[in-house]
Amino acid sequence: MTNATKLLLAAACVLFLLVGVPALIAATGRNDLYYTLTSVALLSIISGGVWLTFYIGRINIGQGAFALLGGYVSAVLVTAYGISFWLTLPVAGLVCALASVLIGLPILRLRGVYFAMVTLTLTEVMRLLALAVPITNGAKGIVSIPLPGGVSLFGLTLIPDFATLENPRLAFYLASVVLMVLCFGALYRLVHSRIGHICLSLQQNEELASSIGVNIASIRVLAYAISSFLGGLGGAMFAAISQSIYPSSFTVADSVNFMLNCFLGGLHYVLGPILGTFALYFGWDLLFQTGVYQLLIFSSALIVLMLVLPNGLLSLRLPRKKGA
Amino acid sequence: MDYILEVSNLTKRYGGLIANSGISFGVKEHEILSVIGPNGAGKSTLFKQIASFVTPTEGEVRFRGERISGLSPHKVARLGVVRTFQETTIFKTMSVRDNIIIAHQLRARTGLAGFFFGTRTAREDEAAFARSADEIIDFLGLGHQRHEIASNLPHGHLRALGIAIGLATNPAVLLLDEPFAGMNHDETRRAVEIVRAVRARGVTILLVEHDMPAVMNISDRIVVLNFGQKIAEGTPKEIQENQNVIDAYLGVEDESIGM
Ligand SMILES: Nc1ncnc2c1ncn2[C@@H]1O[C@H](COP(=O)(O)OP(=O)(O)OP(=O)(O)O)[C@@H](O)[C@H]1O
Ligand SMILES: [Mg+2]
Repeated sequence: MTNATKLLLAAACVLFLLVGVPALIAATGRNDLYYTLTSVALLSIISGGVWLTFYIGRINIGQGAFALLGGYVSAVLVTAYGISFWLTLPVAGLVCALASVLIGLPILRLRGVYFAMVTLTLTEVMRLLALAVPITNGAKGIVSIPLPGGVSLFGLTLIPDFATLENPRLAFYLASVVLMVLCFGALYRLVHSRIGHICLSLQQNEELASSIGVNIASIRVLAYAISSFLGGLGGAMFAAISQSIYPSSFTVADSVNFMLNCFLGGLHYVLGPILGTFALYFGWDLLFQTGVYQLLIFSSALIVLMLVLPNGLLSLRLPRKKGA
Repeated sequence: MDYILEVSNLTKRYGGLIANSGISFGVKEHEILSVIGPNGAGKSTLFKQIASFVTPTEGEVRFRGERISGLSPHKVARLGVVRTFQETTIFKTMSVRDNIIIAHQLRARTGLAGFFFGTRTAREDEAAFARSADEIIDFLGLGHQRHEIASNLPHGHLRALGIAIGLATNPAVLLLDEPFAGMNHDETRRAVEIVRAVRARGVTILLVEHDMPAVMNISDRIVVLNFGQKIAEGTPKEIQENQNVIDAYLGVEDESIGM
């Protein structure tokens, strides 16, 4: 595919998501799908961050911590300080990025299972923090967060006040899709630029990478910070949509799912997390009828899938990448 | 002294084990200096300390008069002291060409943000790296494997790729750890020519190697280690006649030293 066709294809997909899907939903009256699809979009942003840490060769099972932190940062700023949600969104991301630099500096020296184990505890640590810190209101969480207000520039309304909309679900859906497109656009650019190659060099051999002059410590921290930034964005959006956040909003199980989304979609492909999240989310829902067997069937299917498709779902369609 | 690299009193202890003990010598610009010694003599440890992958317990390494011990490896590489690895260490899933292109990192004139936004300097850099990579590929005779995934290369070519990666960093001093290991006679002869050609480009070369005929053939000077200590230093001829060296090698009845 040439760059032009790729761009055209991407534009068509975005158009479909922004216009086609709402039209289909309006035609079928399945308004509930908005919440599902919005969740998929946001969860894939959060998983996209995990994917990037995989790309530098680190198994990250702690993304829930940053989603939780991002959610709380936004919720506190909106409720306690009356700051516009749209401003708290990037702030939530930046706070998470900053926190991840502090956490990452020591723990990113660890590799393999050691790094994975440490990150696994992060989500739990964040949950306990949310319970303990006064500003987060303990187990009761922060509730009745007002809907995002409007944004206007020179009298021009860029984003309408969500509280005045008759279908805020549609508005959240559109906002989430736009955010997802922006995030994955940036990730795509990152991975297909020289930075992506540098990340890959870290994944394959850190010693060799540093012998050719790559500052491996700073690249690791950078990738982790971007990853956590994405986690924070997603978490903040979730808090806004559900108008609430609790210590249990993102749990260790969520962190594991973010990682599974990446596995399932394919660790070689930037867009893998989107597909993986979609498949996992709907797969889980589809199995709802099976009742107590839901988790059993779900897990078995995952294991089989990973054995058959170690490079994820996207390896089905895309031919193996030749060099060049 | 006009040494480009000076090793003084370098000592490395691992617990009770002394891997390097008070090693001192100098490397002249543009020479090929080999470090030999029986297995476990401490050759790789010496190289790791010179490239600053390992911090010396005592002593120091100076490059162009500046102390480099204690700096992180990428900083030492930036100054121009670059090591290759004893094992065939490459970026496995990348193509040969991509391996060499990525190794041009040190020559980048723009930061990561520049590459992200694809600024003009970044695009010029990319083009220059690709040109230089192709030139190195031709120089090392890897032309047929240009787009091959690195892990598919035969052993001899893997070593060549390791050297190519080192060359791409444009080093002043290149440390080659057993570049001829696992090569047959013809491959070794070709590799020796490559090392000579690399030196002809103005690179100073430090070489660890067990292939004695090749070492004697290629080296300007040789440093011999045994049990972590320097036991001799001199021209190939001097080394071949040195009684300490003969004893050390007879002691392990390992290799003939090519007499
Ligand atoms: N990280 C380490 N921890 C403990 N001991 C080590 C370490 N690295 C090397 N050694 C020991 O130091 C000694 C010297 O090892 P080194 O690898 O430098 O030898 P060498 O001369 O390169 O040997 P070879 O010819 O087999 O490559 C050996 O006894 C080795 O076991
Ligand atoms: Mg060795």
